[in-house]
Amino acid sequence: MALVEIEVNGKNMSSEVEERQLLVHFLRDDLNLTGTHVGCDTSQCGACVIHLNGNAVKSCSMLTVQANNASITTIEGLADGDKLHPVQEAFRENHGLQCGFCTPGMIMAAVDIIKRKPNLNEKIVREELEGNLCRCTGYQNIVKSILAAANKV
Amino acid sequence: MYQFSYLKAQSISEAVTALSSNPESKIIAGGMTLIPTMKQRLASPEQLIDIRHLEELKHIKIESNNILIGSISSHFEVSTSDIVNEHMPSLAKLAEGIGDPHVRYMGTIGGAISNNDPTADYPAACLGLGATISTSKREVKAEDFFLNLFETSLEEDEIVTQISFPVIKNSCYMKFPNPASRYAMAGVFVSKSDTEIRVAVTGAGEAGVFRWKEMEDALSKDWSVTTAESVKLSSEGVMSDIHGNSDYRANLVNVMAIRAVEKLINEH
Repeated sequence: MALVEIEVNGKNMSSEVEERQLLVHFLRDDLNLTGTHVGCDTSQCGACVIHLNGNAVKSCSMLTVQANNASITTIEGLADGDKLHPVQEAFRENHGLQCGFCTPGMIMAAVDIIKRKPNLNEKIVREELEGNLCRCTGYQNIVKSILAAANKV
Repeated sequence: MYQFSYLKAQSISEAVTALSSNPESKIIAGGMTLIPTMKQRLASPEQLIDIRHLEELKHIKIESNNILIGSISSHFEVSTSDIVNEHMPSLAKLAEGIGDPHVRYMGTIGGAISNNDPTADYPAACLGLGATISTSKREVKAEDFFLNLFETSLEEDEIVTQISFPVIKNSCYMKFPNPASRYAMAGVFVSKSDTEIRVAVTGAGEAGVFRWKEMEDALSKDWSVTTAESVKLSSEGVMSDIHGNSDYRANLVNVMAIRAVEKLINEH
């Protein structure tokens, strides 16, 4: 077991974890933050995307011990109380989801895309969503939501 | 995933000592290949030695016309580096085409070349530019570093610390990515310096990345798109799998080489 200290959604935690534990299981099983999803076993789907020190990464492909002393934001930490984050709001307004399983990862990825790419267009958004799979929407409304949010943020 | 112990190394020498004292240990930096492999139980190291946080391995600088990249620099850092974009945009563009944005934040150049995946992008840049790879022990020319599929000349207790790329502005990487994985189905790195022309091919060779000498010789005699079009890669020794047979891949290599030469001629 190893001791880790991690800031999650603004709260400092200290915890004993197994070395082999994936970060996504720390979030879901130990902290009960089940908004971060596990959609595949091959590191491809992006449903587990969280922000590690501000960067969108796959929490299924890193160990909890690697996140020691890091600051993490999950989908639960995005809204400001009852006020949704503009990207969350845009997904709601534009019907950017159907079953919703990929949505937390999509939104965390979208926040990162908007931060990195000042002049977004449809082509860039589609390229940037390379690491996030959706099996319902055909991406149409996801792309629409991200472009709408980019205009607001 | 099988159980293992974890060591956060405080220095390169600590990592080397730990690596040599247990042959069943593995270095981890970004972990973008290692962790998925361990999840599938295809790898089961007894110990992981983390070097991701070592500041001495994290730099991108330019010195006497070489771009020096510390081995734990991420693909994101390379692709957005002002130095790389200004002096060798071909390298920045290559880094931007690896995997997806989430992978690029974590994955490192040192990991990519140490793993020597036959479809990885960086090995083509190393061979195509004539890079020098520094390790915890020595300096190795790219030609002597990449040996075979997933095989390098790295010894059991050796860690890549830096990659030094000579600045060759007249260089271009063209890749046909597998639509699902974004790994190269065929990737061709072409560079033209004052002294030589190099053509390195990834994604296609049965023994991993290689220099395409026939194309290099032909282009050295006559630097033109017509020449690039006239040389054909033999499908012998070219990979064949569910994504494409060797004839198809050899042709893709040809097409990527032609596009790279075409782009360089149009731009310079």
